[in-house]
Amino acid sequence: MKWYIAKRLLMLIPVLLGASVLAFALIHLAPGDPARTITGDRASPQAIAAIREKYGLDKPLPVQYWMWLKQVLRGDMGRSIVSNEYVTKEIMERFPNTVELTICAMLLAIAVGSIAGIISASKQYSALDYTTMGIALFGISMPVFWLGIMLMMIFGVFLRWLPISGRIDTLLPFTRITGFYILDSIITLNFRALISTIRYLILPSVALATIPMATVARVTRSSMLEVLRQDFIRTERAKGLSERLVIYRHAVRNAMIPVITVIGLNFGLLLAGAILTETVFSWPGIGRYVVKAVTIRDYPVVQGCVMFFAFIFVIVNLIADVLYVLIDPRIKYE
Amino acid sequence: MERKRESQVKELIRRLKYNKSALFGLVIILVLVFCALLANFISPNDPTPSPPDLANSLKPGFWGKDAAPGMPLGSDALGRCVLSRIIYGARVSLSVGFVAVGIAMALGILFGVIAGFFGGWVDSLIMRIVDIMFAFPALLLAIVIVAVIGQGLDKTMIAIGIVYTPQMARIIRSSVLYIKEMEYIEVQKAIGSSNARVIFRHVLPNSIAPVIVYGTLMLATAILDCAALGFLGLGAKPPTPEWGAMLSRSYSYIVSGAWWAATFPGIAILFSVLGLNLLGDGLRDILDPRLKT
Repeated sequence: MKWYIAKRLLMLIPVLLGASVLAFALIHLAPGDPARTITGDRASPQAIAAIREKYGLDKPLPVQYWMWLKQVLRGDMGRSIVSNEYVTKEIMERFPNTVELTICAMLLAIAVGSIAGIISASKQYSALDYTTMGIALFGISMPVFWLGIMLMMIFGVFLRWLPISGRIDTLLPFTRITGFYILDSIITLNFRALISTIRYLILPSVALATIPMATVARVTRSSMLEVLRQDFIRTERAKGLSERLVIYRHAVRNAMIPVITVIGLNFGLLLAGAILTETVFSWPGIGRYVVKAVTIRDYPVVQGCVMFFAFIFVIVNLIADVLYVLIDPRIKYE
Repeated sequence: MERKRESQVKELIRRLKYNKSALFGLVIILVLVFCALLANFISPNDPTPSPPDLANSLKPGFWGKDAAPGMPLGSDALGRCVLSRIIYGARVSLSVGFVAVGIAMALGILFGVIAGFFGGWVDSLIMRIVDIMFAFPALLLAIVIVAVIGQGLDKTMIAIGIVYTPQMARIIRSSVLYIKEMEYIEVQKAIGSSNARVIFRHVLPNSIAPVIVYGTLMLATAILDCAALGFLGLGAKPPTPEWGAMLSRSYSYIVSGAWWAATFPGIAILFSVLGLNLLGDGLRDILDPRLKT
């Protein structure tokens, strides 16, 4: 197992190097002088000269890449053209917001999706099954941003039950420690802030959860049906075990293996969905950050986000693969 | 050969008839194609009137009291007919979808066949590049490409096409690897057929089923991604009637009660994607039962 993880970690290196080439190329492929691209249009000639010096922009491309890569490995992705803050710092400030949103959405998707799938499979061809699968079909075809707007309209504007944008009620006193608002409000025993932040989380999480929820429901159902057809299930039924015990004790455990793969695979979709959901709900995460940066051509930020997203994405996929092997001992890891 | 192909098409249609959901998907797509082709004739108003008719800004449709005349689904902030813009939007979405998937297919077939057929270091190199592209969520990669090449409908097509290429290349490669091992390919090689002949006469025609199935499903995500880019303000430029852009320009008005301009374009996106997904699933069941999940 250790070797497997070590080998997988080693295999990440070429992928991340490739991603870094892409991020590096971004500045050079963008129209115009790279020094000006990095510093922005309003930069002084001195600032441009300083950047040219720092990255050696008059040197051949491989040399430039190497200099840039050394900077990145030290955690320095340059400064934002707009705010003049370090990109790494800005990403780290926003990252907990995105993580909190995606985790909530993922938990929601797994809980609701798998239960819907299990029920659907145990009552195959019933009205309930058709309804659930019909909803799931709509779910996978749903434009997340539109769903977000609809939720906002119904629950925020017409019914006025939930807030429509932001992270927490800004009038509440709140101490930021980890950046994870739920965690911070629990640590500081600030229950009013906890309730407020949960209320702000509900609509974006539901919007973001829809597609993975529908996918999980569909996969759980088909995987359950497959397992329920197998011999050992027939044996258990023949032994006289109650249907409830057969399904929950035996079938579900075996059926969840493909579901875990799908959850792992869906994480990328979830990150992409976060870009859209954050834009709809003005959620201060990295998705909204990168979109803004592209709109105003803040290239150092775009570069930083590209590297960061690639890093997170490959790590999450690795974790999913490792979990997969841990859960199902029948799978050989090479 | 011609007769055989015709009977295959007939067989496909016959089997589609029994697959109700696929048929439903096909009907949605036909309606969409109909709207796209005949937009000039069936839309009640000009989708991009100039100058804007601000007197008719954000009027409700047939359900409201002070409805704008001749605009059944109401008007947007610039007084433009929402229905007409949705109908013209079908043209935009379908052309982006088809061109993007076309680009992905052309590049994907090229790289997939080279990788699968020749193997060795060429294969490793292509597959590593594919791995790197898979290290990004598709939408992010599309956004990054747009950041480099700029915005606009044509750029959207290119960006989505490039993003989908690795997926297509992988599908083609695995299909080529499977077919390459078959005995009749051995025979072809033994009788001295050239590589080009083997690829074009035998390998490619036999890889067509997964290409059609995934092409249809890809068309669905391409329409979704095109709308997403439009929504983020990185796709079609105004005043192009693009569904995603229509949404992003109208959703701030729902606070003042004007819900229609942001609601109907989303329904159009939802049903187009749903239709393509249903059709794609149906085609998969018929053409390539091995892929069924």
